[in-house]
Amino acid sequence: MFSKIKKLRESLTKTRDSVFGKITRLFSGRKINDDLLDELEETLLRSDIGVAATERIIENLREHSVREKVSEGDDVIRLLQKDIADILGKNRHEFTFNGNGPQVWLITGVNGSGKTTTVGKLANHFKSEGRKVMIAACDTFRAAAVEQLVIWSERSGVDIIRAQTGADPAAIAFDAVTAAKSRGVDLLLIDTAGRLHTKANLMAELEKIRRVTEKVVPAENILAKLVIDGTTGQNAVSQVKVFMDAVGCDGLIITKLDGTAKGGVIVAIAEELSVPVEFIGLGEGLEDIQVFDPADYAEALFNA
Amino acid sequence: MFGELVDKFDDIFKKLRGAGKLSEKNIRDALREVRRALLEADVNYKVVKNFIKSVEQDAVGEKVLKSIEPGQQIVKIVHDKLIELLGTKAEPLAPIDKSPTVYMLCGLQGSGKTTLSGKLALQAKRKNKKPLLVAADTYRPAAVKQLQVLGKQIDTDVFSLDGKKPPEICLQAKKYAEKNFFDLVILDTAGRLHIDDALMAELDEIKAKVGPDEILLVADSMTGQDAVNLAEQFHNRLALTGVVLSKLDGDARGGAAISIRAVTGCPIKLVSIGEKPSDLEAFHPDRMASRILGMGDVVTLVEKAQAVVDEKQAEELAERLRKNAFTFDDFYDQMQQLKKMGPLDSLLGMIPGVGKALKGVQIDERGLVRVEAIIQSMTPEERQNPLIIDGSRKRRIAAGSGNSVQHVNNLLKQFFAMRKMIKNVSKFKFKGMPKGSFPFQM
Repeated sequence: MFSKIKKLRESLTKTRDSVFGKITRLFSGRKINDDLLDELEETLLRSDIGVAATERIIENLREHSVREKVSEGDDVIRLLQKDIADILGKNRHEFTFNGNGPQVWLITGVNGSGKTTTVGKLANHFKSEGRKVMIAACDTFRAAAVEQLVIWSERSGVDIIRAQTGADPAAIAFDAVTAAKSRGVDLLLIDTAGRLHTKANLMAELEKIRRVTEKVVPAENILAKLVIDGTTGQNAVSQVKVFMDAVGCDGLIITKLDGTAKGGVIVAIAEELSVPVEFIGLGEGLEDIQVFDPADYAEALFNA
Repeated sequence: MFGELVDKFDDIFKKLRGAGKLSEKNIRDALREVRRALLEADVNYKVVKNFIKSVEQDAVGEKVLKSIEPGQQIVKIVHDKLIELLGTKAEPLAPIDKSPTVYMLCGLQGSGKTTLSGKLALQAKRKNKKPLLVAADTYRPAAVKQLQVLGKQIDTDVFSLDGKKPPEICLQAKKYAEKNFFDLVILDTAGRLHIDDALMAELDEIKAKVGPDEILLVADSMTGQDAVNLAEQFHNRLALTGVVLSKLDGDARGGAAISIRAVTGCPIKLVSIGEKPSDLEAFHPDRMASRILGMGDVVTLVEKAQAVVDEKQAEELAERLRKNAFTFDDFYDQMQQLKKMGPLDSLLGMIPGVGKALKGVQIDERGLVRVEAIIQSMTPEERQNPLIIDGSRKRRIAAGSGNSVQHVNNLLKQFFAMRKMIKNVSKFKFKGMPKGSFPFQM
């Protein structure tokens, strides 16, 4: 657990140094006033938290600091930290496997968000927890996406169900769920082609994949996860909404948080929609994925 | 593209337009909304701050307060400033005039470099140039294979070397291109984080070894505040010659365009608007600014139409229209040409006012498919002379196209309404289009 926090901290150090580190320096030894709140607002906006969420957080902070008679900068950070952790902590749920057939995760997302890499890392994550994992390569659109996933399946040592480029993704998904069921698999990860959420026909294809899998396993076993590029700005909110409408969205996986992007839009998403962040991606290695922990995240963001 | 920002400004300036006279407070309120809209559009905080400051300086001056239509005056100021920010004119890529010219693509993981490589290669081929794609991503699993498959799809050679480092691969590729008379070398480098020093140094090395004519940063148009950091880092390191915005066919407000341009001063040269190899357009700052302000992008629309409409065909059609002989064959031709222009929703978004009216409406292109099927189920005689289509023929057409008779009736009704309208237009008696005159409203 500690090493986990450490890894996240290390990864977010750049983030912290560039932005949240500034909060610490900004607030330490200062008294809370309008100037300070303005500077804080700027800092939050610059981490992609979004206008509405930022305004709410600042307003909250103003009220809290009056009510709890907080006036020192350092205490203000603690309040902020707690507020953000609380927002992100809503709607959290445990991963459970009900044993009633395989659980199926539909890994969705816009182009280039990191779905295939995430599937590879997730397979390894759950396998190392002792689960029997299988992968289905349903991105038959992008050139060599299947080959890419095959390499990941070899790295993590899990079975993969695949077909030729151009094959019907729903047909492969159906075969994969059927195979997963008969082989007693705990978790089937279905990698889908990237699609912009504004393309109605591609979203319909995704719905179809979900529909056919429901013919093999109970609907409650099928979970749709949305992979979001951590560098994405406010458009991520729109992505969640549309994917949610089409195939549902039970959880988010935020990738590329090893850069300087802060991924603050997850705060806006948590505020507006009831979807928890479940995993974060921190690099291109097999183990560069972590279960998301709001408190860790907030702590790593604010602790110098 | 930029649709939501357009809506925002629509709302803001509706308020302003209503006001007869503006007070300084009015202007500040409006600019506060502009600031909010730009921030929500992911324009970088600092850039927004400076933008608002400069608009305010111009707007709060006496000129605006005393002008007859202060709202319009502010719209104009915001518009002009946005154009200024986006760059004042369209800038083309370096000409393909050496043997070979080299374009180097770089960017974060998943920004769309490989897709862009394919598009650039295809564009070069259309200009009768011989492109060579270079697989310089030796890190991501199957990246080389992806480029090879793509190369095959668009019938373009792909250069790759096993077991060599990217700078060496790029250098060898250039030599290979010189020897084999390629006109354009496209270096598809691996995606990398701008803070990954080792990988950034690799780009330096490629640049030093190959001496590219264009160094393009490929940036995802959905990028948030971090766009500024990444653009700055890539620019400081490599001295970029241009930026390509990818995935602009989504509903991202695209504020990153403004941010990147503002911090690097690099021109945005191209925008990528789809997954097809042909979905690549020049970036026009003025049109983009117009679009942001809800003025529509009629110029692009007209250009698209010109690119696909066969002039001779159009003349023939005009001639038949004059003779009031518009048939289902013409109707079908028109539909095909419309389809060639691109997805309907993106076309409609370019028409002033329509973007807003269509908000949230999904254009169902399957409606078009249905119309096509119905027309294809008609005999040549029926297409030329639709008046002969009676009940029995309708039943046959319906069955043949897998539709109900009601669908056939609808289409016929729309067709005749359209013919009547065209007749009126050609007599210059146009009095507004009858409802339901577009086939895709079916």
